[in-house]
Amino acid sequence: MKIVLNGKPVETDTANLEEFCDSLGFSDAKIATAVNGDFVPASRRRETNLTTDDRVEIVSPRQGG
Amino acid sequence: MLDKIEKDKSPRLDLYGHTFEHRLLLGTARYPSPDILRQAIENSGVDIITVSIRRESARNPSGQRFWDLIKNLNKTLLPNTAGCLTVKEAVTTAEMARELFDTNWIKLEVIANEDTLQPDLFGLVEAARILNENDFKVFPYTTEDLGAAEKLLKAGCQVLMPWGAPIGSGRGLNNVYALKSMRSYFPDVPLIVDAGIGAPSHAAQAMELGYDAILLNTAVSQSGDPVKMAAAFSDAVHAGREAYHAGIMEPRDMARPSTPVIGTPFFEIDNDK
Repeated sequence: MKIVLNGKPVETDTANLEEFCDSLGFSDAKIATAVNGDFVPASRRRETNLTTDDRVEIVSPRQGG
Repeated sequence: MLDKIEKDKSPRLDLYGHTFEHRLLLGTARYPSPDILRQAIENSGVDIITVSIRRESARNPSGQRFWDLIKNLNKTLLPNTAGCLTVKEAVTTAEMARELFDTNWIKLEVIANEDTLQPDLFGLVEAARILNENDFKVFPYTTEDLGAAEKLLKAGCQVLMPWGAPIGSGRGLNNVYALKSMRSYFPDVPLIVDAGIGAPSHAAQAMELGYDAILLNTAVSQSGDPVKMAAAFSDAVHAGREAYHAGIMEPRDMARPSTPVIGTPFFEIDNDK
């Protein structure tokens, strides 16, 4: 299915957000997530199923002022 | 009254029940290199640094490298919601930042437009209300508007961060009168000038007005020598604070000799007057 990751369309066959993050190599990474504009805590990624056209944000620490 | 004076003269900055020695808060963006960023932070001796969150790439996970650098500095982190244009974006960004950085502190920015980066005061108050209700400690990036400031305090904020000038402009204190009014109007609220500072003299001026701290980034990171400039700002903030407590003289319209007139050689009294 097609979802939108960080603003760009990608294809994935993963069932939930945790699997999707793992498939990208983020298993042990310092990241936070949101789906369709809502924050999804790390503890709820496994129970958060993905469906077509979902907009997923995966963010990490960055420089800021 | 004595308690109030003693509290005001405390050398420590009190923010949401945490106290700090240093009254300069430093941003971490736009330094020439990670090593210069590290040196600037360490050399200035600041206690609090601001950070942000951005989209992570699986192919180039730069966020992980930045995290490795930051966590080893052992500073108090103040994440921001920079770039957020709506209440929803700001709230979700704050929630992600809280999990990433393991802190409920958030520098709340809700930006009205991308040209001026002026705060959207209506969105700011609404986002602050939501975040305060969800146990965040909100540091709102605002203007000198007293009405908005009162609403932010009513929404639960215990710190206010008015701009000196637009973000990254380096113009200093654009509205000294309004900043003075804000200081007078909220004598017990920690006030931090955030944004627009360009030179150490700007920071000293804000501290001389009685502001509690200065938050800046570009003035250091884009200077010719960020490590040296961070130290210069550190000194300026300290000097401004000391001057405020020492009591700055009132300006006069006319000259007044600093050297005593009595005993001046060759001085003659004009008996005709």
